[in-house]
Amino acid sequence: MTITDTTATTDIGTTTELPLVKALNAGLKKALQDDPKVLLMGEDIGPLGGVFRVTEGLQAEFGTNRVFDTPLAESGIVGTAVGLAMRGYRPVCEIQFDGFIFPAFDQITTQLAKLTSRHEGLLSMPVVIRVPYGGHIGAVEHHQESPEAYFAHTPGLRLVSPSTPNDAYWMIQEAIASNDPVLFFEPKSRYWHKGPVDFGASAVPLHSSRVVRTGTEVTVIGHGAMVNVLLQAAELAESEGTSIEVIDLRSLSPIDYAPIVASAQKTGRVVVASEAPGFASISSEIAATITEKAFYSLEAPVLRVTAFDTPFPPAKLESTYLPDADRVLEAVDRALAY
Amino acid sequence: MADETLTNDASMVQLLSPDGVLQTGGVAAEYLPYIEALSDDDLGQFHRDMVVTRRFDLEATNLQRQGQLALWPPSHGQEAAQVGSARATRRQDHIFPSYREHSVAMIRGLDVFEIVKIMRGTTNGGWNPADHGNFHLYTLVLGSQALHATGYAMGVTLDGATGTGDVDRDEAVIVYFGDGSTSQGDVSEAFVFAASFQAPEVFFLQNNQWAISVPVSVQSRIPLFQRSIGFGIPGIQIDGNDVLASYAVTRKNLDDARSGGGPRLIEAFTYRIGAHTTSDDPTKYRESGVVADWVLKDPITRFEKFLRSRGADDAFFARIDTEADDFAADLRHRTVDLPIPDSDKIFDNVYSEPHPVMAEQKQWLADYEASFGGEA
Repeated sequence: MTITDTTATTDIGTTTELPLVKALNAGLKKALQDDPKVLLMGEDIGPLGGVFRVTEGLQAEFGTNRVFDTPLAESGIVGTAVGLAMRGYRPVCEIQFDGFIFPAFDQITTQLAKLTSRHEGLLSMPVVIRVPYGGHIGAVEHHQESPEAYFAHTPGLRLVSPSTPNDAYWMIQEAIASNDPVLFFEPKSRYWHKGPVDFGASAVPLHSSRVVRTGTEVTVIGHGAMVNVLLQAAELAESEGTSIEVIDLRSLSPIDYAPIVASAQKTGRVVVASEAPGFASISSEIAATITEKAFYSLEAPVLRVTAFDTPFPPAKLESTYLPDADRVLEAVDRALAY
Repeated sequence: MADETLTNDASMVQLLSPDGVLQTGGVAAEYLPYIEALSDDDLGQFHRDMVVTRRFDLEATNLQRQGQLALWPPSHGQEAAQVGSARATRRQDHIFPSYREHSVAMIRGLDVFEIVKIMRGTTNGGWNPADHGNFHLYTLVLGSQALHATGYAMGVTLDGATGTGDVDRDEAVIVYFGDGSTSQGDVSEAFVFAASFQAPEVFFLQNNQWAISVPVSVQSRIPLFQRSIGFGIPGIQIDGNDVLASYAVTRKNLDDARSGGGPRLIEAFTYRIGAHTTSDDPTKYRESGVVADWVLKDPITRFEKFLRSRGADDAFFARIDTEADDFAADLRHRTVDLPIPDSDKIFDNVYSEPHPVMAEQKQWLADYEASFGGEA
């Protein structure tokens, strides 16, 4: 199911403007209030509130048994979260930065992802791993990566990524309520951008993609921080007379293809964009699937606009490395040229 | 071999000498009350556990040789370490095994046929620990389970289910791993977390001296029970071929852990008499003379001498041998009768909640198989 009209619920009078980081904080707080089995664990998440302040004030409110700092060991964080889940808890782990998730890669892929299957469904693994991801913050190495594809390749995991404060508030609660492991990719360059959060709305399904701007000539698709870039591109294109439809993926595994395929069938031209390198990526997967599902509607090959297939460069080069609105429009022009 | 003197420490707790004589002096004295509290029936049960396990191991190895199992990891030589420690657990305790703890599984009430199914290739696990003595699934990625056990023990503390002073209710966790696993980062991280959160947990290290073909001297230049001390976790070494030492020391350390004493490490110094698994050939990397020396320290032979000195007769041992043979025969029949699982098993339970990709691919496979008109 897809909700395309986000204005319908704002008349309830429960909407507040919040930056994404505060919306996440509010979502985590609500989850902690709603279920005593929810725990937050990670590095520096206690008195400091996390290096991005996502958990600010939560330890003071819920105590050190519910919100606690762990030793500095990512495999240890995820491995003990697995044990806590076996005990009936619902741990929410914070991995401090995208590039630091790899020490936990083994526990995530060989244990967390497989334990439900290994138990043949007799045990669930309700663990959330929050990962601030992506560039545009001028950071040093390992602090600006987009490692989603490594995990999307692993059966047993679910991956989601909000692009707005409202989605951040609702999706973190839905991720925590899920009985499956969820990797929750937070677009860190959007943390301090404000948007409306409707506390009175009901959550849309976690694994649904959504048309966030309607258009007729080209469909552009992305997630997280890229959605804002795509909206900028659509705005620019409109001023030049081109109508672009923008889809926010929201869920990276599974991918909700119904709105994507419908849009591709309507426009016949699709561009998929992301901050990750394009080789063997989520963008590649989407391009291949659209080709399979909407072949007779396509007027052009599905194009990808991604980071280059290189390590993330030093920060002074990141605006060249990461796709911006102009690179998206360059691909839009190529799609239109067919 | 130099490797063995390196890891066999003077402080090692031994309650039964290799010729089956109860030790009463030195480090043994502290543990004697645990043994004195055991009845003849309890001691007979220890023997039964070890003999049935060894017979089970032999049968499973034979089944593998005959092509009925893909693989078998034998526990031959390690029965005392496993039986003593498992019998030391209390009903409410949780057990996180590696993949060789067959007798621990049996003692905790898991039908070890479940393990045979894994090695035959009909499941990757498939039991609910809560229904089988809190015996958790085998873990094949070395050391991973140490973190699961530690997280579980942290949860026990959060629940307030430990440290109240009631040993019949307070919970503790025991995790099994080997000398090779001590080199894994996850084991060190588990030590760190367990110490920081003072988890009610016993780390039970079976040092069988071989990680497939690599001797323990490549894993450590100090006796392994000392490994945890730098993490703030007390370590103790026991004679791993002495079922009484394994029982008494584990009993004490589990009770200390459940009473708020924090985590502990026990190193059971033993020897892997057989191969790592049936895929392995130990003659390529170790000397037969050393193996023969260890056979002389056999845990079952040693315990039999002790039981005979207490009056157990030939009839008792013959009865247990018969039980073990019956167990093995039954196991063989059940193994060869195991059906191949339905192909739906590929998709079912990958997720706990509905998943569109699982549904789509499961349906595709069903349609594909149906397209052969029942001949697939």
